[in-house]
Amino acid sequence: MPETKFSEATTIACLFFIFLVPLAAAGISIMNVGLGRSRSAGHMMMASLCALAVAGLAYFVCGFAWQGYIGSPAHSLTFSGKSWNWIGAEPFLFRNLSFDGSAVSLAALFQIFCVGFAALIPLGSGADRWRLRASCLCAGLLACCTYPLFAHWVWGGGWLAQLGANYGIGRGFLDAGGASSIQVLGGLTALAVTWILGPRRGKYSADGMAPAIPGHNSVLVLFGCVLALVGWIGINSAGAILFTGAEASGSALVAINTLLAASASALTAAFITKIRFGKPDASLTANGWVGGLVASSASCAFVSPAEAVVIGSIAGTVITFSIEWLELRMEVDDPGGAISVHAVGGIWGLLALSVFGQYQRPVMNVAGEALPAALIGIAPGQWLAQLIGVATLLGFVLPLTYGLNRLLNRFYPFRVSVEGERQGMDLHELGAGAYPEFVTHGDEFLPR
Amino acid sequence: MKAVGFVMLLAGWLLVLAAIVLFTSPALRTAFILAGIAVEALGMILAFRSHHIPREEKG
Repeated sequence: MPETKFSEATTIACLFFIFLVPLAAAGISIMNVGLGRSRSAGHMMMASLCALAVAGLAYFVCGFAWQGYIGSPAHSLTFSGKSWNWIGAEPFLFRNLSFDGSAVSLAALFQIFCVGFAALIPLGSGADRWRLRASCLCAGLLACCTYPLFAHWVWGGGWLAQLGANYGIGRGFLDAGGASSIQVLGGLTALAVTWILGPRRGKYSADGMAPAIPGHNSVLVLFGCVLALVGWIGINSAGAILFTGAEASGSALVAINTLLAASASALTAAFITKIRFGKPDASLTANGWVGGLVASSASCAFVSPAEAVVIGSIAGTVITFSIEWLELRMEVDDPGGAISVHAVGGIWGLLALSVFGQYQRPVMNVAGEALPAALIGIAPGQWLAQLIGVATLLGFVLPLTYGLNRLLNRFYPFRVSVEGERQGMDLHELGAGAYPEFVTHGDEFLPR
Repeated sequence: MKAVGFVMLLAGWLLVLAAIVLFTSPALRTAFILAGIAVEALGMILAFRSHHIPREEKG
């Protein structure tokens, strides 16, 4: 176990930021509720809570053991004389972990929140048709398999982080705030789940039309954006401290970049929808806001505020068109927009780091030590390292998560019955609606 | 068709890994990594196309 310990001030700041992280999960949960139908609102919130619980427990049992932290014991393969660190080798159940303020204990705390957050992302895509137990099983798979594996490669001193040290490719794959291991991984799981579930009944008609099924509560959606911002400041700041060696004093820049990227992205989405549809669209603007937060994650500690605005503006444009393209052209029914917001937005954020990233201070290497000062400000080949990371997400994580979930679907079908979908997930799976007082009784309108 | 899309995604990624391990020349390595990503792009196109809903199942 590495003995890395931060200063007391950094530890306190890091703990403060980590305690903000659950607010991001709360924000995304109520956004998903608002973007779905009213007859599935209670089910969506229940699924969010269960996903958080299952992911946390699965991560405690084996997830952290396979993820590890920079410098922790790990399994490695050797190719051409170079070590490929591919999976952590910690004992299960946090057994080797001492909660004494060490970097590894802070990382474990941070990750147990992050894995729950990643497990929430696919729920938005499976809204109105994904059975509760199936979504819990999917969350368990993510927390004990795909997330720890990829997060180890990026944040645990794995082979992606070592690309710089082993092969001279930039500084290795960089991701300060989890754009890859949380957002893109969650977004690709959402894509796999959407493919397996198929579209909601009535979403695509035989004549090629795709009628919009609007969310039932735009107030919840927009309030979720504000909650998500607070949580995201926590994720980006804590991630930058834990995984890139940023100083706690640099958190002001991280928070400003996070806010600016989200603002630019949301306003761009509002502007585009105003131009195209005559009025700004609330749900697309909200998706733009979260997309900006996602895009800010990778580079939050490495770019200037002006560059964060550019990153956010491009994210808002890409996400707005991506949502429409997926829904209308690719026939992917994603009620929460999770695929575009988290997967597409995250990939843009990872690539933006190589375009805009400035390295004014040392970044930690795989052994947790600061890189030599000579490397400050230069990163030849960083774009290639980022591309390799994206290629790994699309070429390894997507087939893996699709295969595992498809296998799960064979034994425990994901999709609710036709009757259940018609009735609504609340009544069918929970036995009670989220808004019982809103029920319209037909006899109230009968002439007396 | 679905399986082919996912196999191409995996094949593209393996090409990227092979390029990192086998080539020391930056130009050759970059070219093969880009080729691997192109294979992945084709795999994504196939995966999306194979998940289109048949006309008779719509509605």
